[in-house]
Amino acid sequence: MDFSYSKTEQLFLQMIREFAEKEVKPLAAEVDEQERFPLETVEKMGKLGIMGIPVPKEYGGAGGTVQMYIMAVEELSRVCATTGVVLSAHTSLCMAPIMEHGTEEQKMKYLPKLASGEWIGAFGLTEPNAGTDAAMQQTMAVDAGDKWILNGTKIFITNASYANVFIVMAMTDKSKGTKGISAFIVEKGMPGFSIGKPEMKMGIRGSATCELIFENCEVPKENLLGAEGKGFGIAMKTLDGGRIGIASQALGIAQGAMDETVRYTKERKQFGRAIAKFQNTQFQMADLKTKVEAARLLVRSAAWKKDNGIPYSADAAMAKLFAAETAMEVTTKAVQFHGGYGYTREYPVDRMMRDDKITEIYEGTSEVQRMVIAGHLFK
Amino acid sequence: MNIIVCVKQVPDTTEIKIDPVKGTLIRDGVPSIMNPDDKGGLELALRLKDAHGAHVTVISMGPPQADVMLREALAMGADRAILLSDRKFAGADTLATSYALSGLCRTLDYDLIIAGRQAIDGDTAQVGPELAEHLGLPQITYVADAKLLENGNLLIHKENEDSVQVLEAEGKCLLTVLASAFDARYMSVSGIMEAYNKEVEVWSADKIDVEEGKLGLSGSPTKVFRSFPKAMKEPGEVHEVTPEEAVELIVNKLKEKHII
Repeated sequence: MDFSYSKTEQLFLQMIREFAEKEVKPLAAEVDEQERFPLETVEKMGKLGIMGIPVPKEYGGAGGTVQMYIMAVEELSRVCATTGVVLSAHTSLCMAPIMEHGTEEQKMKYLPKLASGEWIGAFGLTEPNAGTDAAMQQTMAVDAGDKWILNGTKIFITNASYANVFIVMAMTDKSKGTKGISAFIVEKGMPGFSIGKPEMKMGIRGSATCELIFENCEVPKENLLGAEGKGFGIAMKTLDGGRIGIASQALGIAQGAMDETVRYTKERKQFGRAIAKFQNTQFQMADLKTKVEAARLLVRSAAWKKDNGIPYSADAAMAKLFAAETAMEVTTKAVQFHGGYGYTREYPVDRMMRDDKITEIYEGTSEVQRMVIAGHLFK
Repeated sequence: MNIIVCVKQVPDTTEIKIDPVKGTLIRDGVPSIMNPDDKGGLELALRLKDAHGAHVTVISMGPPQADVMLREALAMGADRAILLSDRKFAGADTLATSYALSGLCRTLDYDLIIAGRQAIDGDTAQVGPELAEHLGLPQITYVADAKLLENGNLLIHKENEDSVQVLEAEGKCLLTVLASAFDARYMSVSGIMEAYNKEVEVWSADKIDVEEGKLGLSGSPTKVFRSFPKAMKEPGEVHEVTPEEAVELIVNKLKEKHII
């Protein structure tokens, strides 16, 4: 087993870390304070090929690996979790299902513009009454001859107000339950499709989370993704991949909070010495560091399996569960180590703590991850 | 246009410490980077390539580990990379280094050579100018801008301490470039994917046009007698005041220190 990064990955890590430090970190506090989507960063990422890392070259991507893509999500999230999730939702939830289930025409139409960052991608599964119980879809798609007519509402959709392409799940045959759900590629501007107002969130406040509203929305026939009735499977498979991205986001947040806390505890003096010198600090930080490294190995192992075509559903669930809960613990303790200053917005650890909470909730709550893991364990 | 860019792998001096007893750099565990002024030089070459089309060759002299820096240059957009690496070059000072590089340049077809102003480890600013001398080329140092004119000449801004000289260069020349003037691009993801599919040519001393006695330690007249860290200045004070208040403040400070 080889735990080292390949030479190409090392070069990539050097680039993405430098990019995160110079281009993303300086905007992180502002993006959070102003609840502002970091569009200028997305444009820069597009030009460098970061928006299309695992997309094959023939579809305008960089032809990189899942491992490189999750390294990017981790490094971006280390300094700005909003930027991390913009990339994760775009890549895992929009481009990946098109790559895996799209027709050649769909791939040629959508992937080059998404991979170049000219278009941003999003994914719509969650509804007001279909969260963890995703099978309770109420959005309907009716076959109207040369097109599909969609009616319904999706909520909590990441990237929504800036996205151009949406992967949307809708019921095409309610009598068949999950086998009556189909996936569609919906474009911004299609008749009857509109975006609701942004959610006011606790964290990842720049990520433009909104409702999608379909009122007799007309979707061309050729925009059905995969076969009719296969949407639920596509959604679940997409979320398996997405979980590696969110696990990386949590890992990045945890690493960022570790970095900040090491720096702060070395500088902050109480009782005549740096608080890093106290055994309480050292033992707690040692435990956190161990957990962060364990999370990293889980995340990398899941990505490695995906890259090598090995089933990774349980691995992705374990990676997300452990990374998200580790990051919550790390960021909570990071605030504690920073004391009163940590509770102010002068230091980034309060943002990291608020940002991380969502990683225990979206793309499957921690409880859902346990269901997935147990499902594999007891099958 | 064929452009040669000279690059050096250096320790990242922002993370380096100095041995307080020996006065030498402690290089253990310090990451190596492309020298910033050289990276600025590569950026200038790549901008000329973007605007007018050019073939950019990066050259370096150093140990085999410098390979990764040349891969970075390829991932940024350079077309060819050559590393001069041979035990015969070991212990070279700036004169022997520039001499070896001149031997390499003589074997290549070029219209322009770009070097960084100076390297952050040695800070001599000598290799670029010496390379021009070995090759008999005109040189323009401290370049902050360079544009290719329609007549094929280069219009160059040379930054002096208190002024900028605007020069037009005709024919082959060597420029030394300031990192601060050329914000270097990042490697692109597709460039990174290709970087290890390309070749970094490793050349030994036999392959270049040089006299062996002028290489490495034997070709190096410079001997380092002693090096020591500079005493750090204390941080200054910043006052946001009107010009009138500023005059009073400065005068009072100078009086306090009995300067006036």
